[in-house]
Amino acid sequence: MINLGLAQISRALGSGEFSSVELTQKYLQEIAKQNSDLNAYITVCDELALSQAQAADEARSQGNAGPMTGIPIAHKDLFCTQGIRTSCGSKMLDNFIAPYNATVVENFINAGTVTLGKTNMDEFAMGSSNETSFYGPVKNPWNRDLVPGGSSGGSAAAVSGRLCAGATATDTGGSIRQPASFTGITGLKPTYGRVSRWGMVAFASSLDQAGTMTQTAEDAAMMLNVMAGVDPKDSTSSDRPAEDYTADIDKPLTGLKIGLPVQHFSEGLDATVEQCIRDAVAEFEKLGATVKEISLPNSHLSVSAYYVIAPAEASANLSRYDGVRYGYRCENPVNLEDMYKRTRSEGFGTEVKRRIMVGTYALSAGYYDAYYIKAQKIRRLIKNDFEKAFQEVDVIMGPTSPHTAFAIGSKNDDPVTMYLEDIYTIAVNLAGLPGISIPAGLLNGLPIGLQIVGKDFAESQLLNVAHKFQQATDWHEKSPV
Amino acid sequence: MEWETVIGLEVHVQLSTASKLFSGTSTEYGAQPNTQASIYDLAMPGTLPVLNTEALRMAVKFGLSIGAEIGKKSVFDRKNYFYPDLPKGYQTSQLDYPTVGKGELVINMEDGSQRTIGVTRAHMEEDAGKSLHEDFHGKSGIDLNRAGTPLLEIVSEPDMRNAKEAVAYLKKLHSIILYLGISDGEMSQGSMRCDANVSVRPKGTTKLGNRTEIKNINSFRFVEKAINIEVERQIDIIEDGGKIEQETRLYDADKNETRSMRSKEVANDYRYFPEPDLLPIVIDDAYIETVRATLPELPDVKKQRFQDQYGLSEYDAMVLSSDLASANYFEAVVDTCDDAKLSANWVMGDLQAYLNKEEISIVNSIVSAKVLGGLIKRITDNTISSKIAKTVFEAMLAGEGDADSIIESKGLKQVTDTGAIEKMVDDVITANPDQVQQFKEGKEQVIGFFVGQIMKASQGKANPGQVNKMLKEKLSK
Repeated sequence: MINLGLAQISRALGSGEFSSVELTQKYLQEIAKQNSDLNAYITVCDELALSQAQAADEARSQGNAGPMTGIPIAHKDLFCTQGIRTSCGSKMLDNFIAPYNATVVENFINAGTVTLGKTNMDEFAMGSSNETSFYGPVKNPWNRDLVPGGSSGGSAAAVSGRLCAGATATDTGGSIRQPASFTGITGLKPTYGRVSRWGMVAFASSLDQAGTMTQTAEDAAMMLNVMAGVDPKDSTSSDRPAEDYTADIDKPLTGLKIGLPVQHFSEGLDATVEQCIRDAVAEFEKLGATVKEISLPNSHLSVSAYYVIAPAEASANLSRYDGVRYGYRCENPVNLEDMYKRTRSEGFGTEVKRRIMVGTYALSAGYYDAYYIKAQKIRRLIKNDFEKAFQEVDVIMGPTSPHTAFAIGSKNDDPVTMYLEDIYTIAVNLAGLPGISIPAGLLNGLPIGLQIVGKDFAESQLLNVAHKFQQATDWHEKSPV
Repeated sequence: MEWETVIGLEVHVQLSTASKLFSGTSTEYGAQPNTQASIYDLAMPGTLPVLNTEALRMAVKFGLSIGAEIGKKSVFDRKNYFYPDLPKGYQTSQLDYPTVGKGELVINMEDGSQRTIGVTRAHMEEDAGKSLHEDFHGKSGIDLNRAGTPLLEIVSEPDMRNAKEAVAYLKKLHSIILYLGISDGEMSQGSMRCDANVSVRPKGTTKLGNRTEIKNINSFRFVEKAINIEVERQIDIIEDGGKIEQETRLYDADKNETRSMRSKEVANDYRYFPEPDLLPIVIDDAYIETVRATLPELPDVKKQRFQDQYGLSEYDAMVLSSDLASANYFEAVVDTCDDAKLSANWVMGDLQAYLNKEEISIVNSIVSAKVLGGLIKRITDNTISSKIAKTVFEAMLAGEGDADSIIESKGLKQVTDTGAIEKMVDDVITANPDQVQQFKEGKEQVIGFFVGQIMKASQGKANPGQVNKMLKEKLSK
C-alpha cells in the first residue's frame, strides 16, 4: 500500500481498503528500515503519527472525512511544527522546538493528515544536493551513491523512496523542481504568494515559496488544495482566491501552446536529456498541443542575479540566530562579541556562512548599487522576458536540470559548479512564476525531469498539463522501490 | 570670533497604538519583562510582519498637520545591525520612501517672535527592546516588551540657531502630537525622545561644521542644557586649534556634560535594503482626505481663535493654546463664567501656580474647570472681591467644595450694602483725624491707609470699589 500515490491512497482509505493506522504503521516500519541509510528524515514522529491516524480513522467512521483525512505526509524541516523540532538542517536550530505551527502545517492538520516526520534538507535550504545538512547528506533512492538534489532532498527522497504519500517542500531557486527531477517524482512550486510563508523558516523572503513533492500531478493538486490561499499573517500572500486545483485537471490539451526557450536547449545540456525532453514535448503534440521556439534572452543572467538577491536577503534573515533567545549558543562566551562570533561560527555550516558573507558584501555601502540594485534590474528584465513569451504561448517547457543526479561529493570543491545546477529553474523564482517538474524519462536508469512553467497563478493549468502527460505516459510510475 | 550654532533634531515619537507596529502585541507600558513579546517580537524563525494600519493613519495625520508631502507609496527597509535587544538583527524602518516627506513647523519664541523650521521627513520604524544590566551579575537581561513598538522619527532641517529654538521646536512638536492624540508624549517614559545634531561655524559663513549627535535627551530642560554645553565644548576645541570629530555623544545630566559614545567612522554600515516581507504601502487621495477630516483644530489656529473670539492678548492665547488640555480647560471655564480675560488670568495664574507646585497636569487638577468658572462668576457678579476669591480658591484646593458653598460657610459674601459701608467709612474717618488732615494737605496716597483699615474692619468683605468711591467723597468734603 505504500507504493500508492496520494490520490490513490485517498480513494483506498475512502473505500475502506485499509485504515490510516494500518498505512501509517507500514510507513513507520519502512522508515525504520530505510532511514538510517537514506537519511530522508531528520525527525520521525511515531507516536504523533499514530495518534493522528487513529483520530483520522475515527473521524472517517463518523462520516467526517475529507479527501486528505488520514493521509501520512512529511514536512520539510523548515516548516515550524509546534512541539516538534524544526532544525532547518542546521546545528543552529538543532535544539529549536517551535511554539507554533506554520500556516501550511496548520492547514494540513485541519485537513486531517498524519505527520510522519520532518524531512532532511540543505542547511537553511542553501544547497542543490542536500549535502550541506548538519544531519548529513540524503541518499538518492535510485542509487545510494548519488545525491537526491536539494535543498528539498529529504522530501524528494521520502516520496521517491515511498516513505510517505507526499511531502511539503520549498523552492527558493529550484529546491523543489531539481530534487523532484533527480528522484523521479512530481514537484510543484506555486506562484510566489500562492502559499503562506508564515512559519516557514526564511531563506530569501522574496523568492521562498512552499510547494509539494508527490508521485503525480493529481496528488500535487490535492495537496495544493490544502495549502493555497491568502493568509493575513503573511503580507506577501496573494488575496486572489485559491481554486480547486483538481477541478480542471482532466481537461483536454487541444490548442495548448507550448514554448521551448532556445536558451534551455543549448550548450551544457546533456544530449540524452535533451532527446528525452523533446520526446516528451512530442507526446504533448500528440495530445493536441502546438509547439514553438521562444527566447528568454536574459536567462543567462539569472544565476548571477539570484546569487546576489538571495544571499542579500539571507544575510538579514539569518541575523536573528545570535544565541540570545533560542537555538545554539556557544559555550562560555566571555563577552557579547565573543558570543556572537562563536555562536554563529560554530552554529552555521560553510555554505551558509559563505552566503551570509556574499549577501553582506552585496549590501555594503559602496557596493549596494553595483550588486543589489543591478540584480534587481536584471530580475525585472527576466520577468519581462517571461511576460513577453507568455503573450505567445501558454506554458514553457524544458529540462529541469541539464543532467541526472550526480554522485555525492562530486561537486563540493567549487561552489559555482553547484550554483549552476539551478540554471533552468532559478529564473522562475526571480519572476515569481509557478513551475512543475515531472518525470519524463530515464537515462542510465536515472530519472529525467521535464520542467513546465506557467503564467502567474496558472497552477490549475500546469497541473492539468502535467496530469494529461501522466495519463498518457508511465514515467511517473517508475520507482526505485 | 563670533560663532553660529546649527542645530537639527531627530525626534522619536512613540505612537499610541494599542498594539505593536507589526505583531499585534499590546504596547501597554510597565508590564513585567517579556510578557508583551509575541513570537514575532522574539523574532522566532518563520514569523512575518503585518503592518498595523493605525500607525500608518497616525503618521499620515502628523504629516498633514505640518503641511507635509504624504508618500503615496512608502517602503519599509531593513536596517541591519547586531544588538541583543534587537531580536531580528535588523530594525524595520523607512529609508528612501518615508510616509511623511517635507513639511514645516512654526515655532513660537518667548519674546513673541516666530520662526519656521523645516521638517525633512518623518518615517515609521519599530522600537528596540531594552537591555537590563542590573541584577544579572556579569550578564545582561533582555526585555522585549518595547521591541516593535511603533515610532515616528521626525527629522528636522538644520534650521535652529540656538538651544532655545530647539526647545521651542520640541515644545511645538510635543503640542501638536498631543493635539493629534498620536502619542502620550511622555518624555520621562521615553514616549518622546530627542537626538540633537549640533555644529558650530564662524558667523557669516554658510559651510556646515562637523557635527556631533547627542543621543537620548529626555526632557525639554536637558535639551537646552545639553546643546549649550556641547556648543561650548565645540567652540573651546576649535578655538584651541582642534577639530570636531563627527561622533555620537551621550548627555550626562548629573555632570552636565556630553561624552563620546562611539565614533561614526567605526559605526555600523547598516546595509539598508527594502523589507521583502512587506509590500510597499500604497495610499490614495481618498485615504488622505479621510485622515485629513479627522484633524483637530491645531495650536496655531486655536491661538488665533482665542485672540479673535475671546479678545485675549497674543501671549495669553499662545500660552493657553500650546497645550490642548489647558486650552480645553480654559474654554470650559469661559463656558461657565463668560469672562474670558478673568478666566485666562486664573488659569495661567493661580491655577497654574498650584499645578506647578504639586507637579500635576491640568487634567488632574483638584479644581475642575466648572468649579473655577463658578468662582469667577462670583467675582463678576460682585458676590466676592478678587482678593476674597483667592481665599475661596485656597479652600477649593483644600477640597472644601465649590465657590458658593465656601462663600456661604465662611461668610465671605462681599458687603455691598451702602449703609453698612458708609458706617465703616465714617467710623474710620472719625478714628483717624491725623490722616484726614494729611489727605486734606494733598497727600492723597493716604487713602490706601483708609481702605486698608476698612477692609480689615470688614474682614475683606467690603466692596473695594464702593469703599474707594465713598472715601473720596467724604474726605473731599
